[in-house]
Amino acid sequence: MNELCNLTAVELGKKIAAGETDAVAAMQAVIENIEAKEDELNCYVTFDKEAALKRAKEVKKLMDEGKLSGPLAGVPVAIKDNMCTKGMLTTCSSKILSNFVPTYSSEAVINLEKAGAVIIGKTNMDEFAMGSTTETSAYGVTKNPRNTEHVPGGSSGGSAAAVAADECFFALGSDTGGSIRQPASYCGVVGLKPTYGTVSRYGLIAYGSSLDQIGPLCKDVTDCATIMDIIASYDPKDSTSIKREKYDFTSALKEDVKGMKIGIPRTYFKEGLDGEVKDAVLKAVDVLKQRGAIVSEFDLDLVDYAIPTYYTIADAEASSNLERFDGVKYGYRAKEYDGLHNMYKKTRSEGFGPEVKRRIMLGSFVLSSGYYDAYYLKALKVKALIKKAFDDAFTKYDVIIGPVAPTTAPKLGASLSDPIKMYLSDIYTISLNLAGLPGLSIPVGKDKSGLPIGMQLIGDCFKEDNIIRAGYTYEQAVK
Amino acid sequence: MANIISDETIEYVGILAKLELSSEEKEVAKKDLADMLNYIDKLSELDTTGVEPMSHVFSAGNVMREDVVTNGDGSEDTLSNAPSRKDDTFIVPKTVEG
Amino acid sequence: MAKNYETVIGLEVHVELATKTKIFCGCTTEFGGAPNTHTCPVCTGQPGSLPVLNKQVVEYAAAVGLATNCTITQDCKFDRKNYFYPDNPQNYQISQLYLPICRDGHVDIELEDGTKKAVRIHEIHMEEDAGKLVHDDWEDVSYVDYNRSGVPLIEIVSEPDMRSAEEVIAYLEKLRLTIQYLGASDCKLNEGSMRADVNLSVREVGASEFGTRTEMKNLNSFRAIARAIENERARQIDIIESGGKVVQETRRWDDNKEYSYAMRSKEDAQDYRYFPDPDLVPVHISDEWLEEIKSRQPELKPEKMVRYKEEFGLPDYDIGIITDHKKLADIFEETTAICNNPKKVSNWLMGETMRIMKEKNEDPENINFSPANLAELIEMVDKGEINGKVAKEVFTHVYEDNIEPKKYVEEKGLKMDDNADDLRKTVEEIVSANPKSVEDFKSGKKQAMGFLVGQVMRASGGKANPQMVNQLLSEILLNM
Ligand SMILES: [Mg+2]
Ligand SMILES: [Zn+2]
Repeated sequence: MNELCNLTAVELGKKIAAGETDAVAAMQAVIENIEAKEDELNCYVTFDKEAALKRAKEVKKLMDEGKLSGPLAGVPVAIKDNMCTKGMLTTCSSKILSNFVPTYSSEAVINLEKAGAVIIGKTNMDEFAMGSTTETSAYGVTKNPRNTEHVPGGSSGGSAAAVAADECFFALGSDTGGSIRQPASYCGVVGLKPTYGTVSRYGLIAYGSSLDQIGPLCKDVTDCATIMDIIASYDPKDSTSIKREKYDFTSALKEDVKGMKIGIPRTYFKEGLDGEVKDAVLKAVDVLKQRGAIVSEFDLDLVDYAIPTYYTIADAEASSNLERFDGVKYGYRAKEYDGLHNMYKKTRSEGFGPEVKRRIMLGSFVLSSGYYDAYYLKALKVKALIKKAFDDAFTKYDVIIGPVAPTTAPKLGASLSDPIKMYLSDIYTISLNLAGLPGLSIPVGKDKSGLPIGMQLIGDCFKEDNIIRAGYTYEQAVK
Repeated sequence: MANIISDETIEYVGILAKLELSSEEKEVAKKDLADMLNYIDKLSELDTTGVEPMSHVFSAGNVMREDVVTNGDGSEDTLSNAPSRKDDTFIVPKTVEG
Repeated sequence: MAKNYETVIGLEVHVELATKTKIFCGCTTEFGGAPNTHTCPVCTGQPGSLPVLNKQVVEYAAAVGLATNCTITQDCKFDRKNYFYPDNPQNYQISQLYLPICRDGHVDIELEDGTKKAVRIHEIHMEEDAGKLVHDDWEDVSYVDYNRSGVPLIEIVSEPDMRSAEEVIAYLEKLRLTIQYLGASDCKLNEGSMRADVNLSVREVGASEFGTRTEMKNLNSFRAIARAIENERARQIDIIESGGKVVQETRRWDDNKEYSYAMRSKEDAQDYRYFPDPDLVPVHISDEWLEEIKSRQPELKPEKMVRYKEEFGLPDYDIGIITDHKKLADIFEETTAICNNPKKVSNWLMGETMRIMKEKNEDPENINFSPANLAELIEMVDKGEINGKVAKEVFTHVYEDNIEPKKYVEEKGLKMDDNADDLRKTVEEIVSANPKSVEDFKSGKKQAMGFLVGQVMRASGGKANPQMVNQLLSEILLNM
């Protein structure tokens, strides 16, 4: 393997800036890796070698002319396939968008391109981000590079696997209920879901609009903060974008947790949590404690209500968000049909996979006449309670720490048969989306079969600096 | 209380969601929907009297644009992915019954 | 004996707001344009696009609410109304259900016989318009154009307070006048910038319960509305009299065939699954903002009528006619501001302007001439630069092509001819060419004078100063 591939994004960026290598050489290194591993892993839905090289050459030229610089200039990046990329196929891993070529790029992608990052291709995911294993993709499963008999997690499984397999230097993912953090944990990479409203959703093909957030999947916390500096922005095109006081995340890269108050929610460590995961996470917490953090246990309320609340809200929003896929304006249209409504039904029934249909059906039902109050409105009220439980906790703690997922990556094919069981794997991640909170997933070891274990650092809204600082401190301590 | 989803309900939700399910798919959907509703019914354990439903996590104040034209002729982009197109329009099955 | 039935009518009026851009994107709202040219990712429902609210829409909606005595919902929200139809690119319409911007208002109407009545407004909400569908004559397809998709609308929902077509039309006219005065819309029924859906039921006179109502769509003129109301009333009475039951449904009016038909399909479950749009944040109308909107409310018809009397001393009759159309009132005020001659401006508007308008079957909204040109024309007459006959002719060109009167008169050589020597020569020629008329005049037939004046005017190409002609003629004839 080309040794460039062992570098983190920031390390590579430094080498490029120093003239020791360049954007084209970096892209070539990644391409070699992709060509060697893709047949087995299937991280990408769309990868066009020539186009990727052409983009790298354009960036190199701009850099040579001194028109482009920055920490990630020339660094190859992979984009989850639910973010629009102008002129580049964007499928959401669904048949219904099998031929969709956006005419504009999502804001996060534009921000990356402005900073000189070079798009390699589009990564595989669960169809419309609905799933926790990347097995619901219409374009085949992605395998976990750490152990190819296992899933990479999901829905940003392609992005996490591509980072873990050095098929990119970093990737963008999206997180609606854990879709960045959980695959990061399963693949042993770093993943951050920022505070809702921090990265523009413009151009992100919506699943659950009130929960979706774009974030980085990368090799370490330094990369994570550096990427955040670039992709986070106030975007007037996204009404839910929040104008933050500062867009500086790298200044939180400090090896210092002295006096930091860390809360450990007992409810996150109860039955259902794998023993090895539990031990690894608590061991990692000890590392922070040794560095001066003040750690205490507490009871976080309502954990068991997060999943039903989440599925009611996410699926209701999804049922509406996915109505636009109807065979009229873009995407797949059924070949044979009889009249308008039949065209809609055939197109959507042929175009969507079973998990997407399942969620659209549930979402349509909970919004339908007579059920709105009992289900949807009720869920919005419980969401308010969950938010309040976190608000209360953050009056006492700077960071809350727990596992990312109850287990390490399950075997391929083991999860899909029982949807509710699959949904349970999101138990620790989902409430952050409901409450808008940032969450950082970092690797803290491996189980006995060699599968990575992730620790989740949860911050209060707009307090990414706390979790980045804690994550960075841990990372430096165990290096 | 266990939810039971009738054939009519699945038919009705299919009309709302514009999904056509085969008879096997319908059976699966009936079970899935009932299971999920049983699971969601857990929420009724919580007393939410007086709780304001929260549709947005933050209230960042008004977000509005000024009334200024910023877009030009977008027709080429708009139509570029059309599954079926005639000149500058999208073609759909006739929407009025003769 | 036949029973007596009462018609109960409520209206849902959609008004396209006069904003420059659409409600959620920066595309123009300009009417027409080649198909899909006024579109972008937002108003065509492209994956990943997001809406951002146009502030002007909120201000117009609140202004209409204030002018119709509504309470303004200072914290309002947008909801999604989900239904599949190809004119609606997202397959949901962004509208307001749970917290509409205005509630509980009323519009006072006055009927022909002087009866006054208040029609209550249940709510006014903001929403987006749909695209246009054109149906192919030969093939089984329709064509979609999204130029209108996302044009801002307000929907004004009345209570079922109207009892006749006359009341409905009085209500609509009052609403239209108010909204035009606010500048919130041009309210053209024929172009669809004002559209009324009629909810109608019948019940026996004296009954306390309402009957089952139907909703009638596609009504493009006051005439169509009146016809559709008559027709639907008769249809429902027929059903009831023959022992049937009226079905609650949406019906479409066919103006050519003058009948309506049900728009039903088992694929259209009327279950819109409304829920708050997560892509938009709530709208907060602060006290300050509301005050600002209030302070910008223009003068409406009643206040204008009082002012016209005080400020311009116009007769009540003139005031009534001119203030009945915002456009006429605007032209009146602007013209008067230039030429400072209110009564003459009023005369031109009520006389020639109305005459041409009627002749061409046009609305005051379509008047295109600039007040400056009318003022110039009035000044020219005042200064004796043209005579009244020429002025009327010039005005037709002002009305039609908005020509500049001074330039036009110059170019066409229509200036009043008051060169006494030239005129005297013409008069002498006419007198000597018409000995018979001169004789008639001398023998006491005064009408002969009129004939001679006419001949002189014709010979001068209409430009002669009629007073001078009269004077010269008398002089010459008396000296003969
Ligand atoms: Mg409406
Ligand atoms: Zn637009």
